[in-house]
Amino acid sequence: MVVERQSAVRLVAGFALLALVWAGAYAALRPLADALTYDLFRLSHDSHLGSSVNFFLYDTPKVLLLLTGIVFLMGIVRTFFSPESTRRLLGGRREGVGNVAAAGLGVVTPFCSCSAVPLFIGFVEAGVPLGVTFSFLIAAPMVNEVAVVLLFGLVGWRIAVLYVALGLGIAIVSGWVIGRLRMERHVEAFVYEMAVGQLDSERLSWADRVDRARQAVREIVGRVWPFVVAAIAVGAGIHGYVPEAFLADVMGKGAWWTVPAAVVLGVPMYSNAAGIIPVVEALMDKGAATGTALAFMMSVIALSLPEMIILRRVLRWPLIAAFIGVVASGIVFVGYVFNLVS
Amino acid sequence: MLRIQVLGPGCANCQKLEALARQAVAGLGVEAEVQKVTDMRQIMARGVMATPGLAVNDRLVSTGRVPSVSEVMTLIANVLAEESPGS
Repeated sequence: MVVERQSAVRLVAGFALLALVWAGAYAALRPLADALTYDLFRLSHDSHLGSSVNFFLYDTPKVLLLLTGIVFLMGIVRTFFSPESTRRLLGGRREGVGNVAAAGLGVVTPFCSCSAVPLFIGFVEAGVPLGVTFSFLIAAPMVNEVAVVLLFGLVGWRIAVLYVALGLGIAIVSGWVIGRLRMERHVEAFVYEMAVGQLDSERLSWADRVDRARQAVREIVGRVWPFVVAAIAVGAGIHGYVPEAFLADVMGKGAWWTVPAAVVLGVPMYSNAAGIIPVVEALMDKGAATGTALAFMMSVIALSLPEMIILRRVLRWPLIAAFIGVVASGIVFVGYVFNLVS
Repeated sequence: MLRIQVLGPGCANCQKLEALARQAVAGLGVEAEVQKVTDMRQIMARGVMATPGLAVNDRLVSTGRVPSVSEVMTLIANVLAEESPGS
């Protein structure tokens, strides 16, 4: 008991200290970037170069700091969920409620699109309805902490919140529609014949959870940071040099076809959220309509050819086509609505 | 002889884990056979929904992540200790 309490105290103290250091670093970003740009490099406030350099020096550490903090917290949250527990929660659940639950669980359950096939088989075997399984498979990659943090850090909290809400909405509705299409016969027959073993839940201590979260930070931030830096550099270049409203003609609200075109363009493009969002931010900054830019981003992240090819091992083409069609329509709809209201 | 299996269809993480398992075996200085299990039927039969999975002497010790070398060594050592309580 005493040892337990001691380690708990140490854990809480450690968290508090980390949070304090994090907040201090975050508060120092603006003065530091300004001091570097305008005092050390002696660049003018009004020059293109000054504006670009300042943007880069402020945004890069800000986004990386946000990313580290949120990936760590989500890493902790994810240790409370597993594919097994999610499968148990969703098994035999009615559609509708099931779709909503699946989309929500898709956000917090640890998931890698490389495991999409065993996960799909496991869900179907446990009696999770096909449409509910799809709600999970759509939400899991689309609403992820990297996308949300980058949107929050680079575009603003309103767009980040809307992205989460609309991403969940698309996952829920698309899964429900796929369920209505009655496409169970387009799942490869062997999926229904497979014997799936049961797995006991792991017992984790808080030290284990923190350790897992640290691994997640090392893995995700370690993989994503070069994209973030490169993309912010591109964004900074556009920020200072490309005239405002440069893209308003091509990607503005005017033409009706820009939203579907953005979605179609996004399907063959395969990028993680880190690679695409700073580019999207730069596009919006220069006059691209919000809905068009968001539709492009959702399409790139949620619909990817490699994932379709992986899923082909368990799904026949008609079902894959329905999946792409339903999700793409949802994204186009969201894009139009955004362009109308913003 | 110790039997270590890496369960996964051949994704990047599965290959990483296989290399780690070999390192861990060398580090522990035990004799072991490291196998890859890529057949989906066998993977599912063990209940692995998140790859890669790691099994030591048919006991599943980790799923859905790539543990560190030292953790893999601990996982192997734990199974060894449980199987031979005398030594």
